[in-house]
Amino acid sequence: MTAFGKLIRTTAFRLTLVYLFLFALFAASLLAYFAWNTRRMITEQITTTVSSEVSEISEIYGRRGLRGLFYTIENRALRPGANLYLVTTQNGQAIAGNVGSLAPGVMGTDGWSETAYRRLDEQDNAYHRALVNVTQLSGGFRLLIGRDLEERRRLFGIVAKAAQWSILVVVVLGIGGGIFVARRVLQRIDAMTGTAQRIMAGDLSDRLPVGRSGDELDRLASNLNAMLERIEALMMGLKEVSDNIAHDLKTPLTRLRNRAEEALAKSGCEADYRAALERTIEESDGLIRTFNALLMIARAESGQARGNMDVFDAADVAEGIHELYEPLAEDDGMTLRLKTAPTPLYGNRELIGQALANLVENAIKYGKPPEPKPGEPKGAVVSLDARQILIEARGEGDQVLLSVTDRGPGIPQGERKHAMERFVRLDSSRSQPGSGLGLSLASAVATLHGGELRLGDAYPGLVATLVLPARAGASSTLAAQTPDVPQKVA
Amino acid sequence: MTATAPLIAPQMRILIIEDDRESADYLVKAFREVGYVADLAGDGEEGLAMAESGDYDVLVVDRMLPKRDGLSLIGALRDKGNRTPVLILSALGQVDDRIKGLRAGGDDYLPKPYSFAELLARVEVLSRRNVGPAEETTYRVGDLELDRLSHRVARGKDELTLQPREFRLLEYLMKHAGQVVTRTMLLENVWDYHFDPQTNVIDVHISRLRSKIDKGFERPLLHTIRGAGYMIRDGIR
Repeated sequence: MTAFGKLIRTTAFRLTLVYLFLFALFAASLLAYFAWNTRRMITEQITTTVSSEVSEISEIYGRRGLRGLFYTIENRALRPGANLYLVTTQNGQAIAGNVGSLAPGVMGTDGWSETAYRRLDEQDNAYHRALVNVTQLSGGFRLLIGRDLEERRRLFGIVAKAAQWSILVVVVLGIGGGIFVARRVLQRIDAMTGTAQRIMAGDLSDRLPVGRSGDELDRLASNLNAMLERIEALMMGLKEVSDNIAHDLKTPLTRLRNRAEEALAKSGCEADYRAALERTIEESDGLIRTFNALLMIARAESGQARGNMDVFDAADVAEGIHELYEPLAEDDGMTLRLKTAPTPLYGNRELIGQALANLVENAIKYGKPPEPKPGEPKGAVVSLDARQILIEARGEGDQVLLSVTDRGPGIPQGERKHAMERFVRLDSSRSQPGSGLGLSLASAVATLHGGELRLGDAYPGLVATLVLPARAGASSTLAAQTPDVPQKVA
Repeated sequence: MTATAPLIAPQMRILIIEDDRESADYLVKAFREVGYVADLAGDGEEGLAMAESGDYDVLVVDRMLPKRDGLSLIGALRDKGNRTPVLILSALGQVDDRIKGLRAGGDDYLPKPYSFAELLARVEVLSRRNVGPAEETTYRVGDLELDRLSHRVARGKDELTLQPREFRLLEYLMKHAGQVVTRTMLLENVWDYHFDPQTNVIDVHISRLRSKIDKGFERPLLHTIRGAGYMIRDGIR
């Protein structure tokens, strides 16, 4: 398509044409109305003047006879810019007046008519048009009085010229404006299309140009940009995840493969094969767990797990998790303490339980107080209190806080955000078994409920808190279902 | 129910409805090896017809099947009053999928990939359900006795003191005495959690329970089954 073809196909240009037509029509009808009215006015003026002159001259004729008539006509006919006068005898002989010749038959009909004429005193042979009145006088004379229509014609000419020019100006300005507007729109659309094509070609960081006028195209562009922002973030997330998956799933897969290869290469006894196979199954179970955790995180992050929400007491969850992990902690030389107050919460009980379980598992694994340095008296650093882990459930305003506090080394301020990312295992934890997904799952669950996972300092130690809105995703119907939930008066 | 009940109901009949030929063949072979009758249906329609006509103790149904999907198959069976226990196998292992499966009329749900030990343990527990409700008020295994009404537990003449959760754990184990119970089954049925913990929480609970019921007694009752889970029964392995 040529550039011009593109131009005249734009909506802006087509709209311009429609308006142009409407404006031209309007201008034409305005001028037509004006012209027609003017013509009527001039004609009226002529008829009034001529009628009064006819009665005046008739009266003079009646009073002073032919002589008076003759005298008056000759007198008036000689004035500059005079009307047309003609008096004829019974047999059509002109006896007075300033009319040289007339269209045939005009003198024979009474009343008004338009006719071509020529003045007596005019040099050229040009005929002019006039509006004339013919009256029968007593004694067989006929009187013609009329007025030249040149004035009316000139006025008409001016109006016609004005019409021509104005329509020309309207058309030129209209088409020019249309092209200007269409080109402006077209340029911006072309710019957008170009950017969109670059983005489609893979450059996700590009953005649509946004002008400063804040018009509808700018608003559209900034909305599309916001959408691109989101897409880019999602794509980045996806890429990061796939990179991490590639790394963290390939490592155990490689181990798995190496073991199988090693077992095959060595000609061992049945017990050796058995041991190798058992380790293989163990390893693949670990892989499955990692995979499940990843899927769970993905689902929580995409908001798919929004179903299965109901009202429950966060304290019950804390108690359940405490009860489940208490023996494990004790075996590890830790004490699991519980501090709860009834805290109603609307959410996915299963997921919140799992998130809390992850935090407790982390606390048991990594929350041990640092070993005393050799030489230092044992027990001075590691007090009984230092081996405690506290699970807490409480409400605070509209929020429910589920926290796990340990007295371990904690996580330095700068690393906290990093620690919640997928597969991230801080150096201190790398030697321990684990997938590096515990905190990211907890964080994803909190996000799903419209809350967040906060990591803080317990001086010393780590306090990990699931901050959840008490009515995460709950509607007003929740209040009706749970009469025991204290209602906030709005 | 006592420990002298046969370990495995003789000739348990299992119908496997699974379209992936390889895993289906593996399952059939594995079930036959432990002494069960295992039949195979390759799609939903065939599976429904076989489940209706055959007298099966347990159905193992894949969630996604050609011709008729697993959930609709279960729905059709249940509509016709067929109450054969159904275990759903699914690659969709998420919480809400499990709930959907159980709501559709399934009795248990196992996400893929699974271990055969886990599947076998669950199938055995399900089929026992088919035999009739084992809702006795007292469970006995050897000289261990658990009274479900008074919450009393005794071994021989000794009264044992158990924590509430330990009681529920023992209750579940004894309800399925002579059957293997896996760690995930315990976590699901005793604690009502459906995630797999990264740590050996269940083992710790079991060892606590074991120290209460077996410590100081000549014959242990609570056994660890390697690679599968736990079993309570009287007798020497």
